[in-house]
Amino acid sequence: MSTEGVDKGRRRFLTAATTVVGAVGTGFVVAPFVISWQPSARAQAAGAPVEADISRLEPGQMMTVEWRGKPVWIVRRSEQNMKELAEIEAQLQDPESKNSGQQPAYAQNRFRSRDNNPEYVVLVGICTHLGCSPTYRPDLGAADLGGAAWRGGFFCPCHGSKFDLAGRVYTGVPAPANLEVPPYQYLSESVILVGDDGGAA
Amino acid sequence: MKKLIIALLFALPGLSMAAAPGVPLEKAGIDLRDQSSLQRGAQLFVNYCMGCHSVQYQRYNRMGRDIGLSDDQVRDNLMFVGDRIGDTMTIAMPKADAASWFGTPPPDLSVVSRSRGVDWLYSYLKGFYIDESRPFGMNNAVFPDVGMPHALWELEGLKRGITETVIDADGNESSKVVGYEMVKPGKLSAVEYDQAARDLTNFLAYTGEPVKLQRQQLGIWVLLFLGVLFIFAYLLKKEYWRDIH
Amino acid sequence: MNSMMTQLLGWVDARFPLSKMWKEHLSEYYAPKNFNFWYFFGSLALLVLVIQIVTGIFLTMSYKPDGDLAFGSVEFIMRDVEWGWLIRYMHTTGASAFFAVVYLHMFRGMMYGSYKAPRELIWIFGCLIFLVLMAEAFFGYLLPWGQMSYWGAQVIVNLFQAVPFVGEPLSVWIRGDYVISDASLNRFFALHVIALPIVLLGLVVAHIIALHEVGSNNPDGVEIKKHKGPDGKPLDGIPFHPYYTVKDIVGVVVFLMIFSVVMFFAPEMGGFFIEAPNFIPADPLKTPEHIAPVWYFTPYYAILRAVPSIAGSAFPGVAAMGAAVIILFFLPWLDRSPVKSIRYRGLCFKVLLFLFVANFIMLGYLGAMPSTPGKTLLAQIGTVYYFAYFFALAIIPKFEKTKPVPERVTS
Repeated sequence: MSTEGVDKGRRRFLTAATTVVGAVGTGFVVAPFVISWQPSARAQAAGAPVEADISRLEPGQMMTVEWRGKPVWIVRRSEQNMKELAEIEAQLQDPESKNSGQQPAYAQNRFRSRDNNPEYVVLVGICTHLGCSPTYRPDLGAADLGGAAWRGGFFCPCHGSKFDLAGRVYTGVPAPANLEVPPYQYLSESVILVGDDGGAA
Repeated sequence: MKKLIIALLFALPGLSMAAAPGVPLEKAGIDLRDQSSLQRGAQLFVNYCMGCHSVQYQRYNRMGRDIGLSDDQVRDNLMFVGDRIGDTMTIAMPKADAASWFGTPPPDLSVVSRSRGVDWLYSYLKGFYIDESRPFGMNNAVFPDVGMPHALWELEGLKRGITETVIDADGNESSKVVGYEMVKPGKLSAVEYDQAARDLTNFLAYTGEPVKLQRQQLGIWVLLFLGVLFIFAYLLKKEYWRDIH
Repeated sequence: MNSMMTQLLGWVDARFPLSKMWKEHLSEYYAPKNFNFWYFFGSLALLVLVIQIVTGIFLTMSYKPDGDLAFGSVEFIMRDVEWGWLIRYMHTTGASAFFAVVYLHMFRGMMYGSYKAPRELIWIFGCLIFLVLMAEAFFGYLLPWGQMSYWGAQVIVNLFQAVPFVGEPLSVWIRGDYVISDASLNRFFALHVIALPIVLLGLVVAHIIALHEVGSNNPDGVEIKKHKGPDGKPLDGIPFHPYYTVKDIVGVVVFLMIFSVVMFFAPEMGGFFIEAPNFIPADPLKTPEHIAPVWYFTPYYAILRAVPSIAGSAFPGVAAMGAAVIILFFLPWLDRSPVKSIRYRGLCFKVLLFLFVANFIMLGYLGAMPSTPGKTLLAQIGTVYYFAYFFALAIIPKFEKTKPVPERVTS
């Protein structure tokens, strides 16, 4: 064994080359393992968009459908509700839904609904604070929720966060953001498809 | 119990692999790349087999993607009303009822091509012949006394086996099907039926391992990559080992 | 940057012998410079162990050890889990590769006398690894819950029934039921994924520590530590790193190519790695027509079948199969030749060893085939030779003409 006359440059180059190619290979091997944690075809099928028939929803009523294992609420608001949504905006953190991560662009408005049917709002029923599911409290002026100031909305029993009937969060509660609006579209006058908006942003 | 162990250990391996010894299997001659064959096979399967047999590990949308059909095409042509595109291809027949009708519940066919082999499937589909002694009046050359009726008889027609008496080494007589004569022609000619059987076999070969083509394609890339890595690794080894005399 | 790394290393070294271990086991572990082809398989076995552990961990994430769900969960992995098919095929191919590599590794030891003093413990640890590996493979093979899984396990567990007096309760205890059932599946799963891998890892560490304590043998079977230079390093030794690391990398790449050819183009390997009946869900009421264990068990299965039952008891066959593995442990003391390597041993040893390998392959073939009277006779002859080999090693040194062993390794 002797290390005389060693071409150090060649040695260094080959070491680097083998290391780089080997590292690329390792990356290729690691990728499938990492990707295998993505939702399986079964989970994707179970999380496929769901249809909701809203034909029997009266003003002031809410219905719940399950999408990707989460409750999704569809609320039909009365004319009075719609009027009051504008009046309470001073008490809200983000009345104009500026936080764009919480809804598709078509729901970035006061009613947080699609323009053609403003009275219907579709919300993911998961509190943006720590993931509890708030309760629907349409009762105006509820004594436990601030009396006359309460114009209907959602109340999270876990930590007391309050949301209005468009899922907009009140100030002074732990929840940091408005309730999420999932992608959805109207398949017809009376059928909403939750989970797929046909790519429309 | 001890006798059973001995039987398991010594006698069972003594039986041979093929269900019907002496029946040579025909080559299926399938091609997983032939998407129109797979599409015809899927159509045949849904129309003629799925009344009784599920492919419960195969999803409709995956099948459509792999055999070159859009979700809408799958929905319109291959699915029952009420099933969703992401569902697996299951059937509604209760297992207990099926068992009482056929003697044994019709097996799920997701991986049948891997347990039986494609040549067996192809030969089986072509092996039905009239046998009045059977409950459904049909028997099968590669699966003697099969519990299943000939689901494709309308297509193939009905054929009668030409049997020959054979005497084995021990002097036992048995009859063996050596050929067929068509008694009642079906909708398809013999050549067309062969193709139908091939398409169906091809489809079942696909459901046996949907990823097969993709697997082989990836394998080529992996080997090419390892080839490159080998060159560098080999040169590196050479370089270092110049020190060793 | 460099000085920071040095400082960090110093900080670690003051608390954990990192540099020391690196030196002891790699950069200043002196291995004989004359390793040949047969010396790749140790590091390859380590590689396969890593493959099996990593793929195994990811398989458990989607596998369900439940009699009703197990078969379906394997197909779920093959179809619905992203890249699940790749992970599963790596594991099935890895299982067979493990045995292929280990058998070649053992053959190397038998050829160059690597089990002889002072390396008896390395050999014994190795034999224990082999034994645990067989158990690991056996338990793992039940998990896909196909017909071959089920009936293979049924037959092997029933072997314990042949044990005199306690056989019946023993086999019931192993299964946790009167036949292989959900209870057996669940406990086999626990043993396969937790218990045996821990034991295996411990044994592998012991195997390597023992090896690095006495130093590696080599194709000449001479002790390189006998001739040290003025610096105290063996004259015929070279540092494992970088010389054998770069060499083993080449071996690893070639191995991965072979592995990939199997995994991507023939994962079933014609029914030898994944058997066709295993695509039928386990059915306790219907036995497949031909039960054969996976190829790596077939030599021992052939021995089991070759020994006839005596007085209505299958125990002799079971005992013979067990003895065929146990006898390996005694090899260091059965072989009485002072010469280690096949290179300097007499013709009779070479012939005996060649026949041993041919016989082992023949037994493997016979174990995979349905038995016929002719094949059973052949298996009986093979069984006798298998054992005779070990005792012959004790006798032949008395008249064997060995060649003089050189002082230093040849190149």
